[in-house]
Amino acid sequence: MGVRRETMVNALLLAGLLAVPLWALWADEPFTITLATRVAILALAGVGLNLALGTGGLVSFGHAVFFGIGGYAMGILAFHAQNYTPLIEAFSIPGTRSMPVIWAVAVLASALAALAIGALSLRTSGVYFIMITLAFGQMFYYFTISWPAYGGEDGMSIYLRNNFPGVNTLVPFNFFAISYTLLAAVLLLVGRLMRAPFGLALSAARQNETRLRAVGIDPYRLRLTAFTLSGAITGLSGALYADLNRFVSPSMFSWQTSGEIMIFVILGGVGRLFGPVAGAALFILLEHFLGGISEYWHIFLGALLLGVVLFARGGLIGLLAGREVAHD
Amino acid sequence: MTEPVNGSVRAPVLEVRGLTKAFGALVASKDISLDLRAGEIHALIGPNGAGKSTLIAQIAGELMPDRGEVRLDGQEVTGWSTAARTRAGLARTFQISSLAMEMTVLQNAVLGALGARGKVMRFFAPALGDRALVERAMAALEAVGLQDLAALRTAELSHGQRRQLEVAVALTLAPRAFLMDEPMAGLSASGSRRLMSFLDGLRERAPILLIEHDMDAVFALADRISVLVNGEVIATGSAARIRGDARVQEAYLGEEACAGAGGEGRGEAAP
Ligand SMILES: Nc1ncnc2c1ncn2[C@@H]1O[C@H](COP(=O)(O)OP(=O)(O)OP(=O)(O)O)[C@@H](O)[C@H]1O
Ligand SMILES: [Mg+2]
Repeated sequence: MGVRRETMVNALLLAGLLAVPLWALWADEPFTITLATRVAILALAGVGLNLALGTGGLVSFGHAVFFGIGGYAMGILAFHAQNYTPLIEAFSIPGTRSMPVIWAVAVLASALAALAIGALSLRTSGVYFIMITLAFGQMFYYFTISWPAYGGEDGMSIYLRNNFPGVNTLVPFNFFAISYTLLAAVLLLVGRLMRAPFGLALSAARQNETRLRAVGIDPYRLRLTAFTLSGAITGLSGALYADLNRFVSPSMFSWQTSGEIMIFVILGGVGRLFGPVAGAALFILLEHFLGGISEYWHIFLGALLLGVVLFARGGLIGLLAGREVAHD
Repeated sequence: MTEPVNGSVRAPVLEVRGLTKAFGALVASKDISLDLRAGEIHALIGPNGAGKSTLIAQIAGELMPDRGEVRLDGQEVTGWSTAARTRAGLARTFQISSLAMEMTVLQNAVLGALGARGKVMRFFAPALGDRALVERAMAALEAVGLQDLAALRTAELSHGQRRQLEVAVALTLAPRAFLMDEPMAGLSASGSRRLMSFLDGLRERAPILLIEHDMDAVFALADRISVLVNGEVIATGSAARIRGDARVQEAYLGEEACAGAGGEGRGEAAP
């Protein structure tokens, strides 16, 4: 019963996220399409974090690292392509404007970073884990600020949106469709993963590590794998976000970015597959409407977060679909 | 595997030699040696705080002993992790139920079956769609009588049912040896009887090191009994021998009798 209700809520969310820009296309409201694209991309970042935080119980306060790496992967590749300078001089490897190639690089680079960061920080837990992931985030942030080759503190602009074979990506709805399709595909994959043996064991590692060991499974490798996949997904989202804005800057690496990604997850429902979709949508709506009224809209956001943490642990999805019910 | 069926001494599956563990000034295990032989139920009894659970924790690998060794099938496993020992054939139940509470009863059992199979890095096919896993899990749930509650969230189980699920998860592991820490505590009288008769047959599949406070159950089930007092094994032997042992009487059983039939029997100091 509960399963079907959550599935229905999820389907409605996904349909809604498609309907709004379709309407905007018809009504000729390109800004609304851009808002929907932001929701899709930021939701994807949240889906990545949710895998680590929600399913795995790994409270990472450093997911901006992967978001930023994805962003800079796009920025650096496109920068060399637009300036006709080789990416790696010695081998005269050129940059690229191709989205699929950029995505592959973003995913690979952020997965590697997550593997390395995870391998170090997963030896700790609790507050120490939070602090170490935060420290890694700050390291990357200050590194990009002091790295002049790619704009340093100012970041860098990419003049044209990158290409996708057979699609005019400059048309706002087309880029929305690309982002939305990627989000849907990742949701499908993560949904499967959560029910697969890996997801079951990862969830057990969160709920009761002693139990997991007592059935002969070591949690470390599971968590490291989850953290790596999680970083890769958030990295992909970073590449898309950079393409949406045609701009990357060190702020992608900032701890505020890590915090915002976490807010999407908490608002929407920790550990719920579609939680980050609901969370990112709510966040963007609040930012848009309350932000128009007052520049101090974060106060309202804070109050809302407090309310969710105190009274609605399941977040928006929990409110709409009830308590999580184990999968069939 | 190939122990002499008619021989009185079967090969030890599990051996503990000179195990010693201190928590500061408190010596919870003092030079403990015992073994668990194929086909037997070896009961471990002793008053509260004697160090029974601490001993199990060291055998299972959750706690490192200061000295001594643990051997499984002749192989020393003293330095191994809990997970590695489990994979090598040690399955335990916890005195305080330790389960994944947000999962269903079936999922907990499937987790055990998954651990037994060992192929955890599978990312696409649903675990509960895997016939072999689910059948193994259901068989274990049926063995303890939980099959009708398979779809329930574990958090909704009664205390006694959680104890039964502990046993079921251990069963899914098809281990070489069972370590059971008070599996009957908290069960109803009928549940307790049922589990007793089940354990009675289980010993032929794999021997059981059984911690139990209910002396009737212990004397009915155990092939051998070891008595642990203040971290020391003061006697090991058949039920008849233990019943007649003066030191055991003094240290433990006498008080048991004083505490009354079927009572808690928790060995409070008696003058
Ligand atoms: N981690 C620990 N640190 C310090 N002391 C401990 C620790 N674990 C157990 N102890 C102490 O060691 C002694 C043995 O405890 P243990 O739990 O093994 O007893 P037990 O025989 O299982 O008792 P019960 O019948 O109540 O389950 C107790 O005095 C206990 O307080
Ligand atoms: Mg105990």
